[in-house]
Amino acid sequence: MGNTVIKVDHVGMEFRLSSEKVDNLKEFIIKKIKRQLTYEGFWALKDVTFEVEEGDRVGILGLNGAGKSTLLKLIAGVMKPTEGTIKTKGRIVPLIELGAGFDNQYTGAENIYLYGAVLGYSKEFIKEKYKEIVEFSELGDFIHVPVKNYSSGMKARLGFSIATVVDPEILILDEVFAVGDAKFRKKSEKKIKSMFKDGVTVLFVSHNIEQVKRICNKAIVLEKGTLIASGNVEEISEFYEKKIK
Amino acid sequence: MKQAIRNFMKYRYLLSELIIKDIKLKYRRSYLGILWTLLEPLLTMLVLTVVFSQIYNRQDKLFPVYILTGRLLYSYFGNATKAAMKSIRKNGQMIKKVYVPKYIYPLASVISQYITFLISLIVLFVVSLVLKLQPTKYMIGAIVPLLILPVMVLGIGLILATLAVFFRDLEYLWGVVLMIIMYCSAIFYEPSRVVKNGFGWILDINPLYSLIINFRNTVIYGQPFDMQALTYSIVFSVASLIIGVWMFYKNQDKFILNI
Repeated sequence: MGNTVIKVDHVGMEFRLSSEKVDNLKEFIIKKIKRQLTYEGFWALKDVTFEVEEGDRVGILGLNGAGKSTLLKLIAGVMKPTEGTIKTKGRIVPLIELGAGFDNQYTGAENIYLYGAVLGYSKEFIKEKYKEIVEFSELGDFIHVPVKNYSSGMKARLGFSIATVVDPEILILDEVFAVGDAKFRKKSEKKIKSMFKDGVTVLFVSHNIEQVKRICNKAIVLEKGTLIASGNVEEISEFYEKKIK
Repeated sequence: MKQAIRNFMKYRYLLSELIIKDIKLKYRRSYLGILWTLLEPLLTMLVLTVVFSQIYNRQDKLFPVYILTGRLLYSYFGNATKAAMKSIRKNGQMIKKVYVPKYIYPLASVISQYITFLISLIVLFVVSLVLKLQPTKYMIGAIVPLLILPVMVLGIGLILATLAVFFRDLEYLWGVVLMIIMYCSAIFYEPSRVVKNGFGWILDINPLYSLIINFRNTVIYGQPFDMQALTYSIVFSVASLIIGVWMFYKNQDKFILNI
């Protein structure tokens, strides 16, 4: 313990909302000449600072638009912050919008290799784990069918199975407990719980306070991009419940 | 730099997966599959030969080889730059959700197109055999323009990929530019016709033609390189690669906000 694995230091993220979206050359040149190119800055996150220690399970609470997903994407390395720095230690597995990276024309089996490669796994590793992935996804013979014929639940199941086949040091969960049917949901929750035992660090976004209490030991609250509270999960969820009433 | 290389090593498997995917999917649903790589240039060669040997009243036996050498290089240039330009937007869903080094997408397009291009060179080989093109020692030099070409394509592809994220209409604009380049590359006419009319400079500044001329010199005419064209093509390729890498690197963090 006492080992910091995620360090978020004075992080701000600005999105530029131009009053009209200019995405072609013609408009860009005309507006540039007329000097109509104005941008409105919108800070999705502002001056957020916190640290997460190894083995902590941190719930991130906040209303829609508070900046929760932006924060997760920054930590996952998908985006770079406008201000401040983020340091992470260890392999991060983001379970965000599972299966979004699939190629629709590829079969499930081919997508296991493709998606595995996207997540940075080696070929040998995927080969070794291939069976385990197929079994866990419960897709059976559908694994040789192009993904475009899958239902959204089947896609999410496959995505979940691929992403969780490694032992991550940091696990990022964005309400993925809503994967598949009730049976698979139970199974995936069990799988994630089994990961907790290995002392994995977890970041968990949810609107369900009960679920956060059940899973996390710490929590933070975001409001309009700023961090307004952090601490033990009981105190924070009480604080948050009062706040949203 | 070290970091960049380590990162590349980590994702080199993804690169090979993307290249294989490109090639696999391109021919998956067609009956003749990969054979189309050979049939397509062969058929266009036949059409162009018939049309232009009528127009120019050419009796040159090697005219089909002449057309093929220009046409094959041009279609790789056109297809690969277009694919690289679209690659970032096409993979936008992926880029938005998971971290991957983004240059891997245009790089994969350029390489996968290069592989199909190399396969399509079989057509040139067979047609040359059939038309009894005399082999010379200069033929080995054909490798040089074939090696410069992907560097040039990658450089231009990176520039286009970066710009296309911010300006969608570039895709249409580039189609027009490609057409201009086609007409300025002496694919189906003799360059002497253009030079005679005082437009030789168009061929001189066309980087693609500087490769085609050396490809033809070595393959068809049994001549050494046109040194001026060779120098120009190398300088152009290296310069476009440097500019492309720099532009891409400078802007890649902004991609996600625009796709």
